[in-house]
Amino acid sequence: MKPYEIVTEPIDPQRYADYVLRPEAGAVTLFTGHVREWTRGIRTLYLAYEAYVPMAEKMLAKIGAEIEQQWPGTRTAIAHRIGELKIGEIAVVIAVSSAHRKDAYEANEYAIERIKELVPIWKKEIWENGTEWIGDQRGKPETDSGQADPAPIPPKTRRELP
Amino acid sequence: MITLYYFAGLREATGTAQEQAELEGRTVDELLDWVRHKYPHLSLDAVRVAVNEEYALPDDRLRSGDTAALIPPVSGG
Repeated sequence: MKPYEIVTEPIDPQRYADYVLRPEAGAVTLFTGHVREWTRGIRTLYLAYEAYVPMAEKMLAKIGAEIEQQWPGTRTAIAHRIGELKIGEIAVVIAVSSAHRKDAYEANEYAIERIKELVPIWKKEIWENGTEWIGDQRGKPETDSGQADPAPIPPKTRRELP
Repeated sequence: MITLYYFAGLREATGTAQEQAELEGRTVDELLDWVRHKYPHLSLDAVRVAVNEEYALPDDRLRSGDTAALIPPVSGG
């Protein structure tokens, strides 16, 4: 594994936790973002993620460097999966270790916020009667899975399946 | 020659994942004008451009061999 990577196979979060664990670390935070079935009352059948892979991996490493700067002494690993993902599967994992827990919590949340701003990854929701590429999710209310809810979709942007 | 990449909704709307264009010497803004002209139905309002895998500024100038990617609003996580 690489500490900052885009993967196509199912994610095993433990590998990333193991990577950041070291004798100086008293805390590891491990965030996993999962495919959610219901969004805005619409049932998702599955998600399809696409990435500009070389740039996405660079941007993940850049987020890691920002974390290292803001929370010195932390170690971070991030992976995002692309391709078709079923409900409940892990789309993203973020592992951060630090000497004390506060840094690991803060840095972990910072990482997911930056991923949503910066990293060229796109999510397509596939429903029973159509599909939609999801756009900017920043600043939207949080939901139970920890993934921000996209804005309501204007009808004209929906593409119906034949 | 510049290599252009289209992703997600832009790839579907243009029917193209990548193409070559003679845009060396042009700025990022001029590149967007070229794309708008070629695909008048595209909405590029929130689209950012990455040159050689780094986000670029509107005045950045393209050189031969560069890769330029049109980045629609991202939705990872």
